[in-house]
Amino acid sequence: MTAAATPASPLSAKPAGSHLRFYALWLLGIAVLIILPLLFSSGGSLTSFSLIGIAIVFALSYNILLGQTGLLSFGHAVHYGLGGFAASHMMNAVVAHGWPLPLPFIPLFGGLGGLAFAILLGWVMTKRAGTVFAMISLGIGELVASSSLILRSVFGGEAGITTDRTTLPRMFGWTFGPQLQVYYLIAFWLVLSAIAMYALTRTPLGRISNAVRDNPERVQFIGYDPHVVRYLAYCFAGFFAGVAGGLAAISFEIANSAYLGAIQSGLVLFSTFIGGTAYFFGPILGAILVTYLQLGLTSLTSVWQLYFGIIFIGIVMFSPGGIAGLLMMHRPLILAGTFGMMIPSYLLAIVPTAALACGVILTIETVARYSGGDAINLFGVAFNPQSPVTWAVAAVLVVGGFFIARSTWQRIAEAWDRAATVARDRGYLA
Amino acid sequence: MLELIVISTLNGVLFGMLLFLLSSGLTVIFSMMGVLNFAHASFYMLGAFFGFQLTRWLGFWPALLLAPLLVGAIGMAVERYGLRNTHKHGHVAELLLTFGLAFAIEEIVSMIWGKTPLDYRVPALLDFPAFTIFSTNYPAYKLFMLSVSIAIFVVLLVVLKRTRVGLIVQAALTHPQMVGHLGHNVGRVFMVVFGVGSALAGLAGVIAGPALVTQSDMAAALGPILFVVIVFGGLGSLPGAFIASLVIGLVQTFAVALNGSLASAFGPLDPSAGPSVLTDIWNVTIAQVAPIVPYLLLVLVLIVRPVGLMGTRES
Repeated sequence: MTAAATPASPLSAKPAGSHLRFYALWLLGIAVLIILPLLFSSGGSLTSFSLIGIAIVFALSYNILLGQTGLLSFGHAVHYGLGGFAASHMMNAVVAHGWPLPLPFIPLFGGLGGLAFAILLGWVMTKRAGTVFAMISLGIGELVASSSLILRSVFGGEAGITTDRTTLPRMFGWTFGPQLQVYYLIAFWLVLSAIAMYALTRTPLGRISNAVRDNPERVQFIGYDPHVVRYLAYCFAGFFAGVAGGLAAISFEIANSAYLGAIQSGLVLFSTFIGGTAYFFGPILGAILVTYLQLGLTSLTSVWQLYFGIIFIGIVMFSPGGIAGLLMMHRPLILAGTFGMMIPSYLLAIVPTAALACGVILTIETVARYSGGDAINLFGVAFNPQSPVTWAVAAVLVVGGFFIARSTWQRIAEAWDRAATVARDRGYLA
Repeated sequence: MLELIVISTLNGVLFGMLLFLLSSGLTVIFSMMGVLNFAHASFYMLGAFFGFQLTRWLGFWPALLLAPLLVGAIGMAVERYGLRNTHKHGHVAELLLTFGLAFAIEEIVSMIWGKTPLDYRVPALLDFPAFTIFSTNYPAYKLFMLSVSIAIFVVLLVVLKRTRVGLIVQAALTHPQMVGHLGHNVGRVFMVVFGVGSALAGLAGVIAGPALVTQSDMAAALGPILFVVIVFGGLGSLPGAFIASLVIGLVQTFAVALNGSLASAFGPLDPSAGPSVLTDIWNVTIAQVAPIVPYLLLVLVLIVRPVGLMGTRES
């Protein structure tokens, strides 16, 4: 995924018409953000949308490191959490001192909180890339998470720092009490940050970051210091992670040490990687999917994190480009008009692959619920986890599903080769 | 005071040797394959849980032999069916694979054995005080742990330095292609080394389980410290890992045992100043700081010597 080229964004490859399409895509995204709460106006869905919005900003900031610069960080939540704390303290200070600062500006201070830490420790951390950077980021993450419990006056200990967003000075008469107003605030910052981060990828700094990711030695030859480039990228990532943390502090009206922890760092890594790091929209897809699954699965099963782990392992092993990579693979085929050759083999693979997935789910749930004895409800069919019938069904689905599915996957690979060859003959690089 | 020093030194060396059982496997795997195995601490945890379960079924001594073998087999399977296929996507993908694996193993363990600590007891044969020192009874089991760790250390040293197998492993560390050209099956060497490394981690788990807490978060608690050890010692350096293990083990054990704070050394701060970062730092005891000491050491070493104590490689 590092070496696997970031194709110079296909949107900018051709001038004229594609420019229009490019702006239309962004406008479409903004329109969706505006219309979404009108279609789904219940409190629960507004909260979900807010969470997804925050997750997208966070995942995009992470991709500045992982996708753009090739830095794998296991401690990115540090900036998110510190941004959250900075925003919370700022909100309380605004209220205490009566400063004329309305709520919509607060995420900026969250960003500055994340940036401050990046400036401070980033220079030491980015001295080295690759595995060493990963380990250092893990260590720093643990350091900050543990320190947050010691420095009680800043981090509020176990309880955290609470705020009340409605007591801040108003803007346009909005109190930001209702979730709908908070949603629009998050959406506004989401659009702003997304545009800024996209613009960053088009700057010389963004381009040289890609070069540092792919070949740091060559970058040195042309007169850049990879360390400085990594440091700058790290600072930008820290800033936008801080913005996401500030938004979270506003949305939850609390900042606590869980914001900084390893779980949060792991989640953003999952979102970004599952979505795909090679395309700008990959982390957006990933953040939507992971947050949605997180909200949806927690009510269905107690072992939802295991499913995350399995999905993640599956993506790493079979599709390191993530979901975005999988989708964009089909682009040349669709352009060349040979995608139709793939459809029969895809349809053929659906049934056994779904059977295999059901078998795996049934096995996991059987083990998870064996001692409790709660019934498993798999797509409307009830299974008793203590009955041998369930075990047999699970075994048949897993073993049978696997062997049949594997042969259909081979058919997909063959069909892919044929379709790609035809596409290549027609002049589309597949 | 002397009592504290003697007991803490013993415990510190013990913890350090335990860390070395883990970090040695991790280091050899890293220098050979370039993969930092994030799931290494998870293999340690699997060792403890398998040890617990097999002890319940067969008794402690068979478990001591079987659990590491089981963990080693799992490690070999991970190398053969996971890492080998991911290798073509680069080291970051391999690291991420083991990260996902660590995540999944923790979930599977807590799914099967629950999230609460297990009642994994010291075997009756070793459940007596070995000696009494300054009115403290030192348990025999801890001496057993120490001797097992030292025995493994010696065996490892002899195998690596004095046998043909060790020669191939050492050669594959630096020149894997050349070893392949000489007709050795590098893939199989990798698989076996990965298996042995995992088995060592499993063994550490079996013997540490009764003395420390056997719980589904033990991998997440130990993992980061383990990575600190190998970065601190210098990635890919066995002597570095050995020194770093002992240093971290001793520092952490002593930190936990000490109860002093700046307030107790220099007197309390003026209470009228109110709570601030300074009062937090002033009042915190060394024992409370113990969990973050390894990470502070890591930051210090990286500032002073970015390649680690004995490291030579850049990345």
